[in-house]
Amino acid sequence: MNQSLEIAKQALLSPTGLTENDLHTVLDKLSSHSIDSADLYFQSVRQESWSLEDAIVKEGHYHIEQGVGVRAISGEKTGFAYSDEIILPALTQAAVTARAIARQGQQQQVQAWQRGGVPRLYSADDPLASLTAQDKVQLLQQLDSQARKIDPRVKQVFVSLSGSYEVMLVAATDGTLAADVRPMVRLNVSVIAEHNGRREQGSCGGGGRVSYDYFMHDGRTDHYVQEAVRQALVNLEAVDAPAGGMPVILGPGWPGVLLHEAVGHGLEGDFNRKASSVFSNRIGEQVAAKGCTVVDNGTMPGRRGSLNVDDEGVATQENILIENGILKGYMQDKHNAHLMGVKPTGNGRRESYAHLPMPRMTNTYMLAGEYDPQEIIASVDKGIYAVNFGGGQVDITSGKFVFSASEAYLIENGKVTAPVKGATLIGNGPEVMQKISMVGNDLQLDLGVGVCGKEGQSVPVGVGQPTLRIDELTVGGTQA
Amino acid sequence: MAEKAPVSQADELPSAARLREIIDSVIREARALGASGVEAAVSADAGLSVNVRNDEVETVEHHRDKGLGVTVYFGQRKGNASTTDFHAEAVSDTVKAACDIARHITEDPYAGLAEPSLMAKVFPDLDLYHPWTPTTEEAIALALDCERAARTADQRIINSEGAYLSTHAGLRVYGNSNGFLGDYASSRHSLGCTMIAQSQGGMQRDHWYSISRCAGDLEAAEAIGKKAAARTVQRLDGRKLSTRKVPVVFAAEVARGLLGHLIRAISGGSLYRQASFLIDSLGKPLFPDFVEISERPHIPRALGSAPFDSEGVATQDRTLVSGGILQGYVLDSYAARRLGLQTTGNAGGVHNLEIAAGEMDLPSMLKAMGRGLLVTEVMGQGVNIVTGDYSRGASGFWVENGEIQYPVEEITLAGHLSEMFRGLQAVATDLDTRGNLRTGSWWVNGLTIAGN
Repeated sequence: MNQSLEIAKQALLSPTGLTENDLHTVLDKLSSHSIDSADLYFQSVRQESWSLEDAIVKEGHYHIEQGVGVRAISGEKTGFAYSDEIILPALTQAAVTARAIARQGQQQQVQAWQRGGVPRLYSADDPLASLTAQDKVQLLQQLDSQARKIDPRVKQVFVSLSGSYEVMLVAATDGTLAADVRPMVRLNVSVIAEHNGRREQGSCGGGGRVSYDYFMHDGRTDHYVQEAVRQALVNLEAVDAPAGGMPVILGPGWPGVLLHEAVGHGLEGDFNRKASSVFSNRIGEQVAAKGCTVVDNGTMPGRRGSLNVDDEGVATQENILIENGILKGYMQDKHNAHLMGVKPTGNGRRESYAHLPMPRMTNTYMLAGEYDPQEIIASVDKGIYAVNFGGGQVDITSGKFVFSASEAYLIENGKVTAPVKGATLIGNGPEVMQKISMVGNDLQLDLGVGVCGKEGQSVPVGVGQPTLRIDELTVGGTQA
Repeated sequence: MAEKAPVSQADELPSAARLREIIDSVIREARALGASGVEAAVSADAGLSVNVRNDEVETVEHHRDKGLGVTVYFGQRKGNASTTDFHAEAVSDTVKAACDIARHITEDPYAGLAEPSLMAKVFPDLDLYHPWTPTTEEAIALALDCERAARTADQRIINSEGAYLSTHAGLRVYGNSNGFLGDYASSRHSLGCTMIAQSQGGMQRDHWYSISRCAGDLEAAEAIGKKAAARTVQRLDGRKLSTRKVPVVFAAEVARGLLGHLIRAISGGSLYRQASFLIDSLGKPLFPDFVEISERPHIPRALGSAPFDSEGVATQDRTLVSGGILQGYVLDSYAARRLGLQTTGNAGGVHNLEIAAGEMDLPSMLKAMGRGLLVTEVMGQGVNIVTGDYSRGASGFWVENGEIQYPVEEITLAGHLSEMFRGLQAVATDLDTRGNLRTGSWWVNGLTIAGN
């Protein structure tokens, strides 16, 4: 039991002789001021990356980092300090600095430990060790030659492989003593194809909380290579995109970045506590078309956005955000949940020990509906079929969001015709969600490449959706 | 309410001598392991940031970061490793890790340190280091002043995303096995706030901030707050536009992004990878003939100033675009060798890139344009450097008869960067120096607006 906790104590506390009792003592010291809660977040990370260009593996990088972050909360106030040395004096110093937000006052009682940290969603093995350096280099070279063999128009191939092994332990005044051991791998293939003086790029990749072994199965690497080349070749034929409002069909999988931007961020607890989101105070209201059910699910085995426990030690769960168009709930960390009088949802995440946790998404997707994807495409006279995207951005206050297509086609008389150049799509979250008129039966999750940025902090996430018809969205092409 | 901040920023930074010792030991140890070339960079940073919201303290964060990066060369094989731990054993492990990686890397004829003859030899005082150590209470008070000025500026301001004050001091040291060892300290302080306004048409938010090397150069807290409030209120009741082709003025803070796209497209990495729409553009006209773009790395106190780049190469004033014609790329030594050129001292980026302003201030520019769009914000990632295709979300103001008529939102702007650069009509005098890329507003023809 508590396998992760034992690994974490070995990795983070034992090297400098720290014990559970020391953590208790530091939390006690924090509690000598009028604070509501406090936590200590220990983390160590080992990362590597290998990259190929010009058909040779020319760069390799190894990074190691560890530290501890100390947070003290009093009302809406948070004090925060951290140290990259996990030793008792540094920890105590950080605690003294963090608690300075509150006056000296009544000594609070630190709760008895409730230990947590049973791995259930991914292995606690180090993924960096799952392949020899030589095999990593060979894998990159093999994908390079595969890509070049597919089509002579492929002129440049870039392949990168990265992995990280992270161990975290969190101890809090509420008795939380939880740990997680988090593997992550990622492989990416990008190509540039050239024909008649025109150059276009394509890329594909994937990964998750798995070992490098993942890439050796189910033809995954073949798929990445073929997809990257196919996208670049399609884009070589792309014509200028139309401009203006029109029906847009979004393909399954990664286009779920729509949900991440159009509703996901707006449903994060901090924005709703502050009433700065267009979705604030709207629980129970119809915020999306009937038939739309959106969830955030941190419990999917091996997924990039999944966590056994979040960075506050709360077990992740499947949270229904929107059910059949009705807003059901927000995503919360402990702090915002407490201030809003609700339960934390396992969405408290932080980039590292040197950052404060916030409510963040995990794997966010829309459940499947009943329509055949072909039927959805056939329903459009003139519009756009967008199957791949770069990324997106949202202004959660006005609800305006954008996302940028990297592979899209015209739909003419119910048929997919010419590829069009990448165009940005823009809309207003709550309005666009009401314009989803058909939901496909083909739910897919992305391949494991998402990174979400918020207030300068990046965390890995997943997105997904079935094929969707949006009756009108503004397409930012040049053909007026 | 709060205790005095425990130690001052400057006291928290290790000494340059201590960081230089680390570099010396890295070079010595890598040499002992057989490396033919070594370079190392060490940084140490300390800072304080406070956030207030609705007249209350939200967060007080004390930052202390450090890092060591090591690159070793075994002939033409390269390996790289980094750590945040400066203890002797960790430093040795990092050197070993870099060497282990180099063993598996393929020989690359272009790999190596920058040419010794190009290393910085003189270190001008760029006046970059003005550490500021306000107490936590003083920092909170400034942020509160800023937020109060914003919240009381207009009754349509109904909520706040808060105001912040952030101070930062840092030390950089770089050394390599060709005998170069240089260091410089710098500081950076910023104060800003984000407001929310509401009307029948819904909520809008916007912000304003000031950033400088020296606390005394920051805009006054009240002025920042008032500007943030004015910008937020102006956005209320935005309208969409119908799809059309019109002239566009990119406000200075957005025009900076266009300059950034140019830099990416003429950067060595994009060029040798054939991943730019501007390959082989040296000596060719990219802009109308009035356009002059220069790099000035030694402006005292400027945010992009540096005595040497991240390979130790001396930075120097140079011209990138003259008479509208591209005069130079943005290169580090690796890309330069790939392209058969010499490094331009841009390993790690550019240093104070500036486009020369014309005669008009922004109001005169809007008058000259007459009818079109003033863009004050762009959104999303729709810029393709390989092809030059540009398509981004935008908001701003519709202009008729040279005057702002109403706010505009939920539209896109699309075009091609080559055509946008060629379609540049004028650069206004409202120079924004809050970053490494310094420009006034741009009036550009040739973009398509998509709306309803």
